[in-house]
Amino acid sequence: MPDPQIAIKTDGLTKEFGSFTAVNAITFEVHRGEIFGFLGANGAGKTTAMKMLNGLLKPTRGRATVAGFDVYRESEQIKKRIGYMSQKFSLYEDLTVRENIRFYGGIYGLSRKAIREKTAALVERLHMEEVKDTLVKSLPLGWKQKLSFSIALLHDPAIVFLDEPTGGVDPVTRRQFWNLIYDAAERGVTVFVTTHYMDEAEYCGRISIMVDGRIEALGTPGELKARFGAANMDEVFLKLARNK
Amino acid sequence: MIQVQDIRKAYNKVQALDGISFEVGKGELFGIIGPDGAGKSTLFRILTTLLLPDSGTALVDGLDVVKDYKKIRNRIGYMPGRFSLYQDLTVEENLNFFASLFGTTVEANYDLIKDIFIMLEPFRKRRAGALSGGMKQKLALSCALIHAPKVLFLDEPTTGVDPVSRKEFWEMLAKLKEKGITILVSTPYMDEASLCDRVGLMQDGRIFTIDTPQAITRSFPKDLWEISGEHVYKLLKVLEKFSFTHAVHAFGEVVHLSLPKGGAGSLEIMEYLLENGCGQAEIKRIDAGIEDCFMEYMNEYA
Repeated sequence: MPDPQIAIKTDGLTKEFGSFTAVNAITFEVHRGEIFGFLGANGAGKTTAMKMLNGLLKPTRGRATVAGFDVYRESEQIKKRIGYMSQKFSLYEDLTVRENIRFYGGIYGLSRKAIREKTAALVERLHMEEVKDTLVKSLPLGWKQKLSFSIALLHDPAIVFLDEPTGGVDPVTRRQFWNLIYDAAERGVTVFVTTHYMDEAEYCGRISIMVDGRIEALGTPGELKARFGAANMDEVFLKLARNK
Repeated sequence: MIQVQDIRKAYNKVQALDGISFEVGKGELFGIIGPDGAGKSTLFRILTTLLLPDSGTALVDGLDVVKDYKKIRNRIGYMPGRFSLYQDLTVEENLNFFASLFGTTVEANYDLIKDIFIMLEPFRKRRAGALSGGMKQKLALSCALIHAPKVLFLDEPTTGVDPVSRKEFWEMLAKLKEKGITILVSTPYMDEASLCDRVGLMQDGRIFTIDTPQAITRSFPKDLWEISGEHVYKLLKVLEKFSFTHAVHAFGEVVHLSLPKGGAGSLEIMEYLLENGCGQAEIKRIDAGIEDCFMEYMNEYA
């Protein structure tokens, strides 16, 4: 039986594309309700690793379970138990706020009643009462991102994957967005997040840093700063990524 | 080198630029700092003669962006936010293509791109589409420089780029500045403001303020405190209810608390924290950063 307190577990997870090893034997665990920061330079292998965990890409070797399901054999069950949000993959611009919610609710197989109730709750929580019948394309970016995050949580997933969710957002909205992340984590949702903002790395419970396909460091922000003798996460990142 | 006077531009009902004015001197590195949707790209497209303003005037190297658009195009380099290279051409082919567009050769201006191109050298036969993000960015910059422009327009060159590549990119800009090139660069990363000579803080089609980064941070109108040593989320919740609080924001593992000038001292803050179960917290007075200032302007203009 898988341990219910372990949301993600990998053991030697590897992906090769021809002669190129994109992800090189990564081993780590993410606990239930944890905010886990998944950092690394461009090209370090983060996206490939995330795709394997999302059930979108078959690993070359190694093991991984997500929400207790095996990434080789049970990728369909995984997809039902996870939410995903990125800056690029967002909402349907030509649908209204409510239509987007209904659409994604339908995709995740929620009942009409559940969709109705969730729509009402979500619109209220995000203070979107006045814009619920507005096309998403005319909403400010920050609102879209909050909506997109809430929709990723619509089917009550065990784990939500956030791929650079706050890129380009103004500093106030960025912080409001992190409040939503904290709220979700407090409700027991496991949050797996990538970011290029090093101050946001500090908001994570634990962080891993990938360099050239390997996880070169893993720990709480405090532990990593102490280990590398760095004043902040920016320094930790620069030391790791430059000394390769 | 750049003179912008009350530029306005609307897309249907959305006022993308709402009266923008600023000047950039020769050899200056000027930053437009603001989030997505501020109007930065619209401004850049007007200054690079790709879009007409509704009203206002703009001169680049003394030439009008509307009347003299053809002349301007030979004198400027433009690196748009979205990746601008031909994905199916190799590194070398991209460079040669952009050079021939401007009637020059890679060799003629090699000196200008040498420092950057050295890093691309091992990949010269690789298709641009197969480069990593940091390498694409270096190639795009090389292509924008290949005709030795007087003014360089870089629209969000570091967005989505990791901190190491960002740092390298700004080091490259500092070198280009030494060669006398005027640079207008936009970024949503507040921490990059300190790398510019002067910056304009921009949101919703307006510029809040224009000055050196040092002058902007010095003029922060509140008392600012850094509070640490407790769970950030808990500190935020507690300090939001402090009667003196003007604003409170998380900054990594610490919290920044701004109070009206002379509103409360360390004693009052410590007492309040103690009463609310945050007795372990440490507090100290700090100087504001650009991000503190940006949020203060947002608050003021809201």
